[in-house]
Amino acid sequence: MQGGQILQRLRDRFGGAVVDTHEHRGDATLVVDRGTLVDALRFCRDEPTLGFDVLMDLTAVDYQRYPGREDGPRFDVVYHLYSLAQNHRVRVKVRVDEDDAAVPTAVDLWPIANWFEREVWDMFGVHFSGHPDLRRLLMYEEFVGHALRKDYPINRRQPLIGPKQ
Amino acid sequence: MGVGSFFTSKLDEAIGWARKYSIFQYPFVTACCGMEYMATACSHYDIDRFGAGLPRFSPRQADVLFVVGTISQKMAPVLKRIYDQMTEPKWVVAFGVCTCTGGFYDNYATVQGIDTIIPVDVYIPGCPPRPESVIDGLMKLQDKIATQTQRF
Amino acid sequence: MAEPVRRDFMLGEGAGTGSGGQQNLHVGVGPAHPAMHGIIRIQTEIDGEFIRKADVEIGYLHRAFEKDCEVGGYNNAIPYTDRLNYVSPLINNFAYAAAVEKLLGIEVTERCKFIRTVMSEISRVCDHLTCVGASAMELGAFTVFLYMIKAREYLWELVEDVTGARLTISYGRVGGVKADLPDGFAAKMTTAFKETREVLDEVHRLLTGNRIFMDRMVGVGVLSREETIGYAITGPLLRAAGVGYDVRRAQPHWAYDRVQWEVPTQKDGDNYSRYLVRMAEMEQSMRIAEQALAMMPGGAINVDFEGRPIDPAAYVDQGKQGKTEGLLLVPITLSPNLQGQNRAAWNQVNAHDKRVVLPPKETTYGSIEGLMNHFMLIMEGYGIRPPLGEAYFATEGANGELGFYVVSDGTDRPYRVRCRPPCLPPLAALHRMIEGEQIADLIPTFGSVNMIGGELDR
Ligand code: SF4
Repeated sequence: MQGGQILQRLRDRFGGAVVDTHEHRGDATLVVDRGTLVDALRFCRDEPTLGFDVLMDLTAVDYQRYPGREDGPRFDVVYHLYSLAQNHRVRVKVRVDEDDAAVPTAVDLWPIANWFEREVWDMFGVHFSGHPDLRRLLMYEEFVGHALRKDYPINRRQPLIGPKQ
Repeated sequence: MGVGSFFTSKLDEAIGWARKYSIFQYPFVTACCGMEYMATACSHYDIDRFGAGLPRFSPRQADVLFVVGTISQKMAPVLKRIYDQMTEPKWVVAFGVCTCTGGFYDNYATVQGIDTIIPVDVYIPGCPPRPESVIDGLMKLQDKIATQTQRF
Repeated sequence: MAEPVRRDFMLGEGAGTGSGGQQNLHVGVGPAHPAMHGIIRIQTEIDGEFIRKADVEIGYLHRAFEKDCEVGGYNNAIPYTDRLNYVSPLINNFAYAAAVEKLLGIEVTERCKFIRTVMSEISRVCDHLTCVGASAMELGAFTVFLYMIKAREYLWELVEDVTGARLTISYGRVGGVKADLPDGFAAKMTTAFKETREVLDEVHRLLTGNRIFMDRMVGVGVLSREETIGYAITGPLLRAAGVGYDVRRAQPHWAYDRVQWEVPTQKDGDNYSRYLVRMAEMEQSMRIAEQALAMMPGGAINVDFEGRPIDPAAYVDQGKQGKTEGLLLVPITLSPNLQGQNRAAWNQVNAHDKRVVLPPKETTYGSIEGLMNHFMLIMEGYGIRPPLGEAYFATEGANGELGFYVVSDGTDRPYRVRCRPPCLPPLAALHRMIEGEQIADLIPTFGSVNMIGGELDR
């Protein structure tokens, strides 16, 4: 299916829950409401014409310093889906605020979401409700803060041993 | 020079000579430099010529610790522990610029030089160092081993 | 019923206090374990020889790749991408550059596409050689390792000829590549491939069908097709499980749709199938590279220095004094460091887009416009500035789908660069492959997933 058709299909199905869609540089992107996220992902996976059986990537972007988003919702959690059978892709996004940075987990749909979500929690501090084991993935437990947030300075080190700074 | 000191200095030399050609290294390989380490250790560059051909993958049986590749803050305690587990006499080689200074990873995750954690004998800079510079570093280490005061 | 084995003589907390003196033992493998190349920590719970539960911990090589990319300009991230999958750095370079090109909406030249194809495939062969060699070594087949590194050495010399470095090559550029292929590349590649094929043949005779090797590999580390897909595993592991997904075939880019090749698959999804897939892929990669090189448009680059070549230093001096008239027409011999950045080569390997690609060196030194163009791209605050937006580009890395997701805020620095690491999904599923198997099987299984720390932890 072409990107436009995929988005049309999803808009038809989820109507008001779709916040935005666009097709910048040929990447079909759907922004959904947080409450509908898991339903939308499940629909993408199970609907035969869509057939998105692989959660290729799951990440987040901190939009704190992005032009036009300074006071909008701070984080986008980004899902890249791919369908082996149909050979097409879609990007699903959900926006969350800093004070309420939590997204329902997708572990029940794809087991790989487990680690991807742990990484997003580690790097951005976005919580995934319902996640079975939300620990840091890359950094150590003693690390304070979330490194990929725009307000975390790149060289603020928190050594476990050795000289501090 | 008294007979005693003549004796010890000759003994020192003999031991130094023996030690310099029986380097049992522990390659603590973490990152990209490891690929170059492999290349150096294999037949093409053949570090066996310098008596350093046998890596011991156990710190207790090794006397040179090759720290090969970036050391992150998470890895630092592990490195320290391995160093502590090695028996004397021991030497440390910092392989690659990441281990020397942190290299171009000046960020929250990377240790800015392993000499902030453990003592280092030879630094081999390069990102990664070419096999030729590794061999050069190894020979410098041999000199150092041969000429130092031997403890046993 | 046999007496339960008493284990209270063993070390471990509370040994012997379990029911009937029987208790599982907790053993940590890694992060620096002698039998594993790569630093991860596997917390295992073993019952005798069998692993009952395993918990994999990663992050020991986290070097803040994604954060580092946000600090410099778009091209400044290229050296960092080298060090993701450091066994096949060229693929990372090109994938990142292609993602930014997609964001900019530009197309690279034909010759550049073919160069990227050839160099990516050489990189892939290096990667598979290292992977198979290292995992064979861990099973005791040291000879195989020596042979394979020997072959890799030939390929690295080839890479060095093109890029100037063996490993951390930084050869990709947004909008092109750093330099054109050197003279005599084709002949060298033929020799290197001949050597590699001989090594592969030898390794086939040593390993394929070898009783000891088969015993360790066949039926070990199995992951079902469904789980492989559920864990988003791509690349050789997916193809070993019977799914012929390959980004080069599914979404062809560069020159992959213009050459003949096959996607090797197996169906068992065990370590042995992965080995076979990798061995077959190396041959296919060489096929691709050979065809692409033969079809490469533009042919060999021969810069003709007829007329009066003037000394580059004099040329630059003249340019600085503003005497630029006619200077662009004078052929010069550039310093070898700048090789490939001369006009003739530049035209062929770079996208003709002033906003993205540095001008050829003659233009930089020979005309004020060129100099300004150069500065505009290098100076802070200028440089490559894609419009607001985001793009995801994927290519087939050595371990599977290598994707870059780049977000631009309209400035000269990437707002966010995300690398979809092909290595992470197999590691996330590693516990599924080793649970229930013997602890000795951990080693071949870990070898077959080809964990590359730089890419896994970024
Ligand atoms: S010095 Fe360079 S090649 Fe070596 S580990 Fe560091 S980044 Fe990698």
